[in-house]
Amino acid sequence: MLALEHVALSYGAKPVLSDVSFVLSPGQIGCLLGPSGCGKTTALRLIAGFEQLTAGEIRIGAEIVSAFANSRGFSLAPEQRRVGLVFQDYALFPHLDVAKNVAFGLAALPATDRRMRVAEMLDLVGLSHEAEAYPHQLSGGQQQRVALARALAPRPRLLLLDEPFSNLDVELREKLSLEVRDILKQEAITALLVTHDQHEAFAMADVIGVMNHGVIQQWDTPYNLYHQPANRFVADFIGQGVLLPGEVLNSRQVEIELGVLEGSVDGDCSEEGGCTQCELGCRVDVLIRPDDIIHDDASLLMAEVERKAFRGADFLYTLKLPGGQRVLAQVDSHHNHAIGEKIGIRLGVDHVVAFRK
Amino acid sequence: MIAAEKAPAAGAFSLFSRATPHFGPWTVALALALLTLIPLAVVASAMLHPDQTIWDHLWRHVLPELLVNTLWLVIGVGVGVTLLGTGLAWLTAACDFPGRKFFAWALLLPLALPAYVTAFVWIGLLDFTGGLATWLRESWQIAWIPPIRSRGGVILVMVLALYPYVYLTARTAFQGQGRRLLEAAQSLGISRRRAFFRVALPIARPGIIAGLSLALMETLADFGTVSVFNYNTFTTAIYKAWFSMFSLPAASQLATILVFFVLALVTLEQLSRSGARYAASARGGGGARRIRLGGANAALATSFAGLVFLLAFVIPIIQLLIWTRAIMATDLDARYLDFAWHSLLLAGLGAALVVSLAMALGYAQRLRPTPAMQFTARLATIGYALPGAVLAVGFYIPVAGLDNLIIDTWREQTGEEIGQILGGTLAVMLLAYCARFLAVGFGPVETGLARITRTMDEAAQVLGATGLKRLFRVHLPMLRAPLLAAAALAFVDIMKELPITLMTRPFGWDTLATRVFEMTSEGEWERAALPAVAICVVGLLPIFFLVKNSDART
Repeated sequence: MLALEHVALSYGAKPVLSDVSFVLSPGQIGCLLGPSGCGKTTALRLIAGFEQLTAGEIRIGAEIVSAFANSRGFSLAPEQRRVGLVFQDYALFPHLDVAKNVAFGLAALPATDRRMRVAEMLDLVGLSHEAEAYPHQLSGGQQQRVALARALAPRPRLLLLDEPFSNLDVELREKLSLEVRDILKQEAITALLVTHDQHEAFAMADVIGVMNHGVIQQWDTPYNLYHQPANRFVADFIGQGVLLPGEVLNSRQVEIELGVLEGSVDGDCSEEGGCTQCELGCRVDVLIRPDDIIHDDASLLMAEVERKAFRGADFLYTLKLPGGQRVLAQVDSHHNHAIGEKIGIRLGVDHVVAFRK
Repeated sequence: MIAAEKAPAAGAFSLFSRATPHFGPWTVALALALLTLIPLAVVASAMLHPDQTIWDHLWRHVLPELLVNTLWLVIGVGVGVTLLGTGLAWLTAACDFPGRKFFAWALLLPLALPAYVTAFVWIGLLDFTGGLATWLRESWQIAWIPPIRSRGGVILVMVLALYPYVYLTARTAFQGQGRRLLEAAQSLGISRRRAFFRVALPIARPGIIAGLSLALMETLADFGTVSVFNYNTFTTAIYKAWFSMFSLPAASQLATILVFFVLALVTLEQLSRSGARYAASARGGGGARRIRLGGANAALATSFAGLVFLLAFVIPIIQLLIWTRAIMATDLDARYLDFAWHSLLLAGLGAALVVSLAMALGYAQRLRPTPAMQFTARLATIGYALPGAVLAVGFYIPVAGLDNLIIDTWREQTGEEIGQILGGTLAVMLLAYCARFLAVGFGPVETGLARITRTMDEAAQVLGATGLKRLFRVHLPMLRAPLLAAAALAFVDIMKELPITLMTRPFGWDTLATRVFEMTSEGEWERAALPAVAICVVGLLPIFFLVKNSDART
């Protein structure tokens, strides 16, 4: 439904996006995730038609909407792309009430059809009772839903959402992102979301592209991003964890301070990412997630509690290993240990993620 | 951007060139900047080849008095409006005393009275034969009343008329501080009272200075008040040079010196502001807990605010109404239809022009938000600092020159004599109004446009509304209130305006304001009251906008 092929954009000599490629199939919800300034919003604006690319091609359905070839660029005007856009600040028209905001993009419809579509959309987002309210009278979450209804009303081929939940408080953010996902799935809408918040991305998206410095670092499912990060940036950006120095023993084993890890050696072990098999003796950093460390009183391997953070269902302990390395451990909340106490731990790693030094 | 090799392809695709032309916004902005640059260049060029005899005469007989008078006026009014405006602003913004809520907005009302009206009312009251003076003498045996026709009198009247500028900006500044800053100061061991001098006042300084510089620009530009008092300043001297000595070169030279005063003022303002653009970082904390004044202090505060309100608004208005009642039956005749019609026509045309030009400038700036454009826009709106007398001379000279050129050319070509084409029309007046009041219209338009965010534009575009559709469905509805405010402000300012109207109007073409001038210059206070009341009533209109927007009611 949406395809980007080798898209690049630079302002003068400054590259903002380089070689961005991905595909969304109909009904799929994608997400561009990355720190601020990574180019994700620019990519979204490029797809919407507000920016012009300097290389590559963008297709919506079968139609080429942006392209650059032979030093000539083409760009379909934003209003002709039939995409919906939900803005970070919602950009609701303050002089129009909710119903008129939703009806804004339906100017071409006959009045009765327009009224029906507006009613349908307000029903979809659960705001039928606020049809005559003005934007400033609504809460942040309600404004967000009006923005969604307004964007969906003209039946866009593709919905783009720019940091849609960043102006909401944390609780509402989670609730609303699930709600919006349900609405999009129910209507079978292809959507692309941009955010810096991985929880939001995980809650909403089927597939996520992690971006940094204008490059997509990894385009994958949320599960794979967490468990099989393609490089150090993704490993660091997604979830928590530490990198411990280790040495490759053979293609099935890596040795670190905590012991020998068994399992296939994953990740970008070579500099170029070309080799999948690490050589014997190769020095690597191994990713250890908090859930890879299992608290076990019977274990002989002891670590000292250095810091602890109570998180309700569990504790996140920062543990100091005998050799001075630190690891994070997620331990269920019945095990309340004091700082300075030594507790037994063991490794519970089923596949190894290692990066060459 | 990418250079287009061919013309844009037809149909859905467009090449990467912007849809809007590149020269449009700049043409508009530069043309509007010329509106202030031309009169400035014209009066300044008088300095390039000064006429020695004129210059000697001015230097020997005129300038010393003008310089002394102007300096006294600027210093006196400056100190007066700062003390009065800041004091009243602090009282109504941060303290509580009986009548505070009423005074908070009532103290803005004197803005509706042109200074020259307040001036002639007070002269009428306190002159030897005046009502108040007679009453004081006869009922209270008070033989000596300080002479109103004095330097102190002019300064006092102008302070009463102009303090609201400082009051308004200082009050906004005090209110913007919220209570958290003062609480922070208190938590650091500073008493509430000392916190005013250590925290509140320094933070409000940029606001106070902004109001002060507005008041002083009005002082330098003032023509009406000083003429009523026969107090010679540059504006009255320009008028006399032009209409008594018939010497435009002398008028332009005087205008240039006046412009130097204005430039010095603008520079001082900029200097004192540099580095003092405090962001309202610690705003809020809800409505500040006010300092509750008790007993004698409360009585003092109420009487102080009451006295200012009485002197600056109530007494002038009542006296005007009394005079109007006395004169109405004999003086109100068909001529007044003409005066009113001329005033309304000028103010209406002028306001429409000002608002249109302000819109054009606003959009130029929106389409090209570059520093160079911002500078040009500032240049185009600097006319509010130029005294009307300067603009009158600065526009009259080139238009008269153009007229002569046309007349001469016509004579050479056809042998016929024709009269003035532009000189006898409203053109010069309207041009000068636009230059002087563009800033008045531009302010609301600029804030209004800033409320239409880029994302709203983009939302409209994605939903299919571009170009004119977007203008009519999004921009104009959202700009309705600011445009109305801009029009009202410009309308009233033009209605009150005196020097431009007086100096450049077509012969015999009187307005309400020039009628006031004519009557006051003959000392006919009663007959001046009738047109003055009309001006004041219209002048109250934008005060309501101001009160509504400045949350002066809280």
